[in-house]
Amino acid sequence: MKRGMSRRRFMTSVGAGVTTAAAVAAAPRVARGSPVAEAGRRVDLVLQVNGSRRRIAVEPRTTLIEAIRDGLGLTGTKPGCERGECGACTVLIDGRPRYACMMLALEAEGAEVTTVEGLMRGEALGAVQQAFVEHDAFQCGYCTSGQVMAVEGLLRQHADPSLEQIRQGLAGNLCRCGAYAHIFAAAKKAATLKGTGR
Amino acid sequence: MRTAISRLSLVEPRSLRHALRLMRDEAGLVPLAGCTDLYVALNDGALRATRFLNLWPIEELRVIEPRGPVLFIGALATYSSLIRSADVRRRLPMLVSAAREVGGRQVQNRGTLGGNIANGSPAGDTLPVLAAAEATVVLGSATGTRRVPFTAFYKGYRTTVMRADELILGIEVPEVEGRQWFCKVGTRGAQAISKVVMAAVRAPHPRVALGSVAPTVVRVPKTEAALTGGASVDEARTILMSEIAPIDDIRSTAAYRRHVAGVLLGRFWEQTAAGRPVY
Repeated sequence: MKRGMSRRRFMTSVGAGVTTAAAVAAAPRVARGSPVAEAGRRVDLVLQVNGSRRRIAVEPRTTLIEAIRDGLGLTGTKPGCERGECGACTVLIDGRPRYACMMLALEAEGAEVTTVEGLMRGEALGAVQQAFVEHDAFQCGYCTSGQVMAVEGLLRQHADPSLEQIRQGLAGNLCRCGAYAHIFAAAKKAATLKGTGR
Repeated sequence: MRTAISRLSLVEPRSLRHALRLMRDEAGLVPLAGCTDLYVALNDGALRATRFLNLWPIEELRVIEPRGPVLFIGALATYSSLIRSADVRRRLPMLVSAAREVGGRQVQNRGTLGGNIANGSPAGDTLPVLAAAEATVVLGSATGTRRVPFTAFYKGYRTTVMRADELILGIEVPEVEGRQWFCKVGTRGAQAISKVVMAAVRAPHPRVALGSVAPTVVRVPKTEAALTGGASVDEARTILMSEIAPIDDIRSTAAYRRHVAGVLLGRFWEQTAAGRPVY
């Protein structure tokens, strides 16, 4: 591996199934409404991610998590089971939590996608992230970005959730380290932080 | 990145009519909506299909509304939208209970009622509700619409009466008289697929439907007849345990399922007795 190139950048630059538009000759645009996105052919796509419009070329089979991580380089979203059970890949689609492994990138066009990176305010942590740090709401950390996004989605629906609402809201996110008690406490704290304008 | 999903073409219909024409014109085209079952199969390499029809943007299949005497629920209604719907809450609270037990929030925001029906798993959480509510499945094709009683929809394990050119448009639920009851038993509260799932209605002729105890979701007419005829719940439980045909599989054993089905029948009867608050 070339010196000065991170492992992640190296992995991204070889053999990824998705490419940012800048790196690929523009594929024929498939207009919505009549079209077949053919297997193996790349389709140009504009995704609205964390408030920015991002151009990306994907194959029809590309899932949203692959597009986010390998195409856009937003690796905060984690692939876990890739079968809709663990919740590590949770992102917000139009403000509601969804599994990024259960959705094609093509389907996300026109929706507002929010990843854990989108909760940052510059270099400052968002309220939910801050609360997770304060409450030590993780051990290995792999599930954390998914847990954070599930809490973010919950708080956008219920600004001051009860413990039962928190448990329900996080039911789709597994933590194999068993940090649930701290995660629930962090969710409660995040509601307070958001409520006080943090 | 996994590569099991190496070949996938996605067809985007312009409208429902267009989607139905595409289903007529192309054999092997597989409809796709919330993907919460389909992507599991694709990732496992268990699905041979390569061409998919994206139904998700068809808004008219998302409708939930009273239509004359029935409540119409579009095939693309998500579990979250069932939970939020005032009409579903009022008329079919056991469907709200079932929707809350599906996966977690992320799956509830994506998975659809039509998908649960089309997937046809005997463990589908909403399916006993539809059987107990005596719902009707509305099927559409390029040549027209037809209605099939939900209890006649499945022919066997994951096989249905649908023709290859048809799509599920939605379901129609008549007024359900009596107290509704639902319970799912799984390994854990969320995310788990059921070991036994039951929906039931306490009425002069009680209705009882179960999942995960036979190749399809089933009603149990002998058990219902016993309850209607005034048999004790213990007698009905004995009948139920011989009426169902559970199997041993990765999630549970036949013996456990038979026992739990009997326990659930007892709870249904106790919790819906006159004078008890509606849960």
